Amino acid sequence: MTVLMEVNDLKVAYGKIEAVKGISFTVETGQIVCLVGTNGAGKTTTLRTLSGLIKPRGGSITFDGQPLGTVPAHKIVSLGLAHSPEGRHIFPRLTIAENLQLGAFLRKDKEGIEKDVQRAYELFPILGERRKQAAGTLSGGEQQMLAMGRALMSRPKLLMLDEPSMGLSPLMMHKIMSTIAELKAQGMTILLVEQNAQAALSLADQAHVMEIGKIVLSGTGQELLHNEDVRKAYLGED
Amino acid sequence: MHELPQQLANGLALGALYGLIAIGYTMVYGIVQLINFAHGEIFMIGGFGALTTYTALPSGTSLLVAIPLMILGGALASVAVATAAERFAYRPLRSAPRLAPLITAIGLSIALQQLVWQFYPDAKKAVTFPEFTGKAFQITDNLAIQRSDAFVLALAPLCMLALGVFVSKSRSGRAMQATAQDPDTAKLMGINTDRIIVMAFAIGAAFAAVAAVAYGVDKGQINFEMGFILGLKAFTAAVLGGIGNIYGAMVGGVVLGLAEALSIAYIEEIPGMQQLGGGAWANVWAFVLLIVVLLVRPQGLLGQRVTDRA
Repeated sequence: MTVLMEVNDLKVAYGKIEAVKGISFTVETGQIVCLVGTNGAGKTTTLRTLSGLIKPRGGSITFDGQPLGTVPAHKIVSLGLAHSPEGRHIFPRLTIAENLQLGAFLRKDKEGIEKDVQRAYELFPILGERRKQAAGTLSGGEQQMLAMGRALMSRPKLLMLDEPSMGLSPLMMHKIMSTIAELKAQGMTILLVEQNAQAALSLADQAHVMEIGKIVLSGTGQELLHNEDVRKAYLGED
Repeated sequence: MHELPQQLANGLALGALYGLIAIGYTMVYGIVQLINFAHGEIFMIGGFGALTTYTALPSGTSLLVAIPLMILGGALASVAVATAAERFAYRPLRSAPRLAPLITAIGLSIALQQLVWQFYPDAKKAVTFPEFTGKAFQITDNLAIQRSDAFVLALAPLCMLALGVFVSKSRSGRAMQATAQDPDTAKLMGINTDRIIVMAFAIGAAFAAVAAVAYGVDKGQINFEMGFILGLKAFTAAVLGGIGNIYGAMVGGVVLGLAEALSIAYIEEIPGMQQLGGGAWANVWAFVLLIVVLLVRPQGLLGQRVTDRA
């Protein structure tokens, strides 16, 4: 296994408030690495920093052998790092097909793009049925599918998914989680942020628990799933 | 009512002019939520750029040859000033509270007026602009269309059509829509949103230069203050049509132009309103219309409520 991403002592602040207080972790090719933790733990801030939307205050990010800290956000996707943001953020007034094509904005291979659009429709048939519809008219779960499909359109080496199950029905959540497992089986490397710890940890190779800006516990998904503190804090057991 | 067709034609021509300028307000607002109050001056600078170009041409050049070159020269000047304003005045304030760029825009507007007043030769009073000569096109016995009106009536739809195709079909246009709808996510797609913002300013400035040439050949003169009231009217048109919507800008412009033309002609014929008609009251009725529309449809005529679920 080779290390695809290495995050070392990453610090991020909004003005004087430090949201991420020096975290370190690595993502190896082919793994699912999961960050779990409550609201405000700094998980989303971490992902937004990795994709360049926020500049880090300190520490380093190395992706595929290249330092990322100062690379502007719009150049990061071309390095092979795709980000499906929290709250999905599809482009509501563009059609589903147009949203998917924007995911491949920097690619020039027309035929490859068309093939990948078809692949997204195979992965999520509902998107194919509604390809000409404005994305804002989709349900929450369908928007999540679109956001994931769009992120895949850049053919990333690493896919970052922020809260893909947020606000979804149990059925839809199951569909999203099984899609993540399917992507892993195809060899995709995934950095997953989730509040739904049960589902996320059972998929994860490596997992880290974040609390107010720090990683407080790390291990394999299975280890954390059976860790007593985690069970109490995140899986609602007492 | 005998002169109704004529009034409608006048209103349409005025509206087309408003619409061309309004595009600049609406595109910039659609992408960075800034009311660029210096846009009226961008229009004015387009006019002076066109005039400078005309002066540089050999004397006796036919207007048919000169006008495309004047539009080009005017657009060069207006685009240069607009993109410089974006880069050096607005971009540093992009994450500042919204009042800061707004006040900057007003300051910039005054500064640009004064710069032209000070440094453009003879601009301390109105300067002569090449005027369309030749007879109006007599369509029927109660409808004659001035050449300058025909010019703007032909050019405005053409510009709109080109812009519409660009925004909906081209790769840059798609990127522009994405940036308007969600700038951070647009960056995640690999879109250089700074470049898109510059592009929005540039397109608005180029359209303003077209409008300035149309205005100049109609009036036969331009002046350093002309951007103020026309800018305000065009801004009104943009709000009327639904700010952020490019077709709304044209629709708002036309509605405003028609309202002005019809109010000038007909308000004074309404019994008891003799005192409230004529040209002096045209601006009043234009803004009354704006207020009424905003009361009934705050999002403007074509403004849409965002279809954005959960």
